Amino acid sequence: MVAKQDGSARLLKLLSTGEQDLAAQWITQVSAGLAGRISRAELDRELNELFTALVEALRAGGQDAHGEELSELRALLTELSRNRARQGFTPSETALSVFALKHVLEPVLEGGTKDDVLAYLRLSRLLDDLGLFTIETYTRAREEIIAAQADQLLELSTPVVKLWDGVIAVPLVGTLDSARTQVVMEKLLQALVDTGSEQAIIDITGVPAVDTQVAQHLLKTIVAARLMGAECTVSGIRPQIAQTIVALGIEFGDIVTKASLADALQLALKKAGVEMISPAGGRR
Amino acid sequence: MPIVANDDVVRVRRLARELAQRCKLSLVDQTKFITAASELARNTLVYGGGGVVRVGLVRGNGRLGALAVFEDSGPGIPDIDLALTDGWTSGGGLGLGLSGARRLVDEFALDTEVGRGTTVTLVKWAR
Repeated sequence: MVAKQDGSARLLKLLSTGEQDLAAQWITQVSAGLAGRISRAELDRELNELFTALVEALRAGGQDAHGEELSELRALLTELSRNRARQGFTPSETALSVFALKHVLEPVLEGGTKDDVLAYLRLSRLLDDLGLFTIETYTRAREEIIAAQADQLLELSTPVVKLWDGVIAVPLVGTLDSARTQVVMEKLLQALVDTGSEQAIIDITGVPAVDTQVAQHLLKTIVAARLMGAECTVSGIRPQIAQTIVALGIEFGDIVTKASLADALQLALKKAGVEMISPAGGRR
Repeated sequence: MPIVANDDVVRVRRLARELAQRCKLSLVDQTKFITAASELARNTLVYGGGGVVRVGLVRGNGRLGALAVFEDSGPGIPDIDLALTDGWTSGGGLGLGLSGARRLVDEFALDTEVGRGTTVTLVKWAR
């Protein structure tokens, strides 16, 4: 215990030699690494807080990055890492905030006593642990952001729209994976019930590539809709998609497909018994 | 690039698209190459238990081509002829992925050994 106290005291001494100076150099280093993407004033505030917290923690005898004495410091680092992750900084740029302090302290080694070197090594180990901690927090924050975005996408991209009495359409945009197709299928089937529609149009204009899995998902959705007594039309098949489907050898069987949503709507209306008459009196 | 999760299939597709555009493939050929890459990425993931993909440009006969190599160290394919038959599947798919992908590209090489893994090479030449 005495040795530990002693060690902390030495670390403390290392940091307090020219305290203001060290902090200022540290901030300069970090700010150079971030290429001015964070304002100097903000960085000043962040790092000064960190520095103070570090000194406080050492004064309290903390030497373990996961110890209780450093909880304040960890909280600050967590906030810093999260902010960096949200602002789109890289993991290196985030960890730099911690590691730069090691650089700044290096001159102490020159002409320092053996005790100074030992203290530096100990502090350096502590800073390494703290650096790893920032990266971990950063990664966690990034993962949270990605998960949130994936959820938003799932919600956003699957509207079921009513085109006419008895005719609904699902414009699909982006990649169809199993999770999204599940959502699309559920929404489509529910909408068939809610609106009492008998015609459904699945528009794939916004789907960049139709491979076997996408086709299989589509086919399953259509079969399910049919079981509920609705007729499905697939529209928005572009020339390059059509050629790819042929080359892949996917059979759409007796499923009606159309090149554009307009064609599909016309067909659906006809099947629903709606007649379209132009103002001039001619029929379409 | 590693293929270990479902999202990676989407990333492979984007990678394939960028490559196809750099090769100046026509829109139809781009779509074919992307679709083939997508099929194989999924095969690597589902049947190979994950693996890696490497993509690049190749030059031959004065033409530029898009190349993609899919590698996994999964169970391998015991019967290649059967696996390349339309409609045959060992999983729950349509059974067109491997055979369809072969028709979508200009060059297709399948190297597999049971217990060791599978490597599939795709090339699509620009016209």
